[in-house]
Amino acid sequence: MTAPAVELIDLHKNFGATQIIRGVSLAVSAGERHAIIGPNGAGKSTLFNLISGRLTPTSGTVQLNGEDVTGLPPHQINRRGLSRSFQVTNIFPRLSVWENVRCAVLWSLGHKYTFWRGIEELADVRERTETILEAVELIGRRRVQAGVLTYAEQRALEIGITIAGGAGIMLLDEPSAGMSVAEAARAVALIRKVSEGRTLIMIEHDMGVVFDLADRISVLVYGQIIASDVPARIKQDGAVQAAYLGAAP
Amino acid sequence: MSDIASDAVNTPAPGGLSSAGPRAVVRLAAPWIALAVAFSILPTIFTSESALTMLSMMGIMIVFALSYNMLLGETGLLSFGHAVYYGLGGFLAVHAMNTVIHDALPVPLVVIPLVGGFSGLLFGIIFGSVSTRRAGTVFAMISLGLGELVASSSLILRGFFGGEEGVSTNRTKLLHLFGLNFGPQIQVYYLIAGWCLLCMAAMYALTRTPFGRMCNAVRENPERVQFVGYNPRTLRLIAFSLAGLFAGIAGALAAINFELVNSAEVGAGQSGVVLLAAYIGGIGSFMGPVIGAILVTWLEVMLSDVTDVWQLYFGLLFIGMVMFAPNGIAGLLMMHAPLWQAREYGSMLRLALAYLVALVPALVLLVGLILVIEMTYHLSVKASEGTTISVFHVALDAASKIPWVAAAVLVLGGFWLFRLTWPVVGNAWHDALAHADGRAK
Repeated sequence: MTAPAVELIDLHKNFGATQIIRGVSLAVSAGERHAIIGPNGAGKSTLFNLISGRLTPTSGTVQLNGEDVTGLPPHQINRRGLSRSFQVTNIFPRLSVWENVRCAVLWSLGHKYTFWRGIEELADVRERTETILEAVELIGRRRVQAGVLTYAEQRALEIGITIAGGAGIMLLDEPSAGMSVAEAARAVALIRKVSEGRTLIMIEHDMGVVFDLADRISVLVYGQIIASDVPARIKQDGAVQAAYLGAAP
Repeated sequence: MSDIASDAVNTPAPGGLSSAGPRAVVRLAAPWIALAVAFSILPTIFTSESALTMLSMMGIMIVFALSYNMLLGETGLLSFGHAVYYGLGGFLAVHAMNTVIHDALPVPLVVIPLVGGFSGLLFGIIFGSVSTRRAGTVFAMISLGLGELVASSSLILRGFFGGEEGVSTNRTKLLHLFGLNFGPQIQVYYLIAGWCLLCMAAMYALTRTPFGRMCNAVRENPERVQFVGYNPRTLRLIAFSLAGLFAGIAGALAAINFELVNSAEVGAGQSGVVLLAAYIGGIGSFMGPVIGAILVTWLEVMLSDVTDVWQLYFGLLFIGMVMFAPNGIAGLLMMHAPLWQAREYGSMLRLALAYLVALVPALVLLVGLILVIEMTYHLSVKASEGTTISVFHVALDAASKIPWVAAAVLVLGGFWLFRLTWPVVGNAWHDALAHADGRAK
């Protein structure tokens, strides 16, 4: 049997005396769409930061496709096939939309720190950038400075940057946050399309989006996963209802 | 900003032509050929020895300022110690020249800038590996510290730095190729112009490579860069080392031009000058530092001839630019690009007239300020030389009341009139933009 795409083993993260992540173990298999839900302050974004290398765990292990990546810097983890988006839009605001995505395709196409070839003559870079921009429906806006895009467009660009390197594992942090109902529906369709054939882990507050997209759901409460199962069972889980969905005491 | 503008031109439409056709090559090469022609004919226009020297200094400063902009403009690294690589390049070039002369080695003068370049690159790698771990304030502070370190050691290691008087050389004693001995300034000018053109083209090309574009990305958002696979430290280190390389070439060119390098070349003063040149010209576009280098060199030479306190005017200019035109001269010029593209020649003419209207009181204000500065300086610092001074070839007695009253009238009147005329410029500008927008739709 192949190793899970992402496996967390007894992960802990403390900030000083405060325990934020208190022993999380989770296995997400390849090709799965996995949602992480939980109340504010449960440690969802911290968990993403631990997986993607933005933070180093206090103890425990992070494995990608069976390889231990605990403590590696973000770019090393990215090169091993994991990319992520951010809850607060994290793009290159003064570069054009085209350049934003182009920056994200360069490494995976092997151009790395190349300073002896012109970027305009790299046909593979141009084609991949174009494909990504078409996928996130921003091709018509490619010459616009990213900072002046609308909020929903910036979120789409954020997803574009995340998928541009062709990573097999994607972490999306609240991709539909702050969107109108119509925008969120388009975002779901986009995520469904771009996560085809990849492993997706997403943090999401919108239960409609979660139950629509996820193959499995984990519920994170006070730094621990209290349930991890298919959506239908999560809905009925008594502990989840008490802790998260707000059942009467 | 210029990146966006250039991308609008260079991003091909989907399914469009590849950029690598012969016409694209011509379009790419044309400005450089034009520049080469300009460099060749400049000495036939400015023929005097002093003009040639100034042109040579401008060429050196262009390379130096562009190398600085690889850090500040392209990668977002504010360095207070860039003269270290310029000065060390100069010192190693001078020592290389003296070794070549002493041992009668078959090395021509034209390759000596390579010595400076390699030195700059080497020290860039060494000092860069320490300082580029972090950007922002930490980087700026380390660059300041390294600058002070090298500057102070230049007065201790006398064997290498030559103490107070520096190290001199003789550029005419190297191997002569094609009968060139580089005695006359015109030959040195062409050597500098050739290297300047080469370095400009190389630095421009660098901005258009994957590495160059990722430097821009690191400037904008170093964190995001990590999550697309790049190590921001590595990008900064490569940028820093290459900036050292070109600064070293500039330092070697200066060594050839003056046949002397002293410890001031590695000091904070020189680091400050290159910062000012790049900033005044404009760090947001490639041509900005070039404009800044030309202007600053000209000011240094011309102003120091007419006034002792030229550095004060220089500082005032810098403060004025930072406050009112943070994108530099190139930024001011680029503001007008939409009008030019919309072919709003009528509006541009009206705008130019408005500029003229506001320029007159601005000049009046400036003359008043100059009077105050010069008279104050004369009374306080040069009191022993008497109170009569000459400003704009007019003899004045700084001790009498009349010039002070005149200066006050000029300053206050100029300021008042400027306040009155400035809205004229504002209106003309908004009209012109509105017209250009209307035409675009």
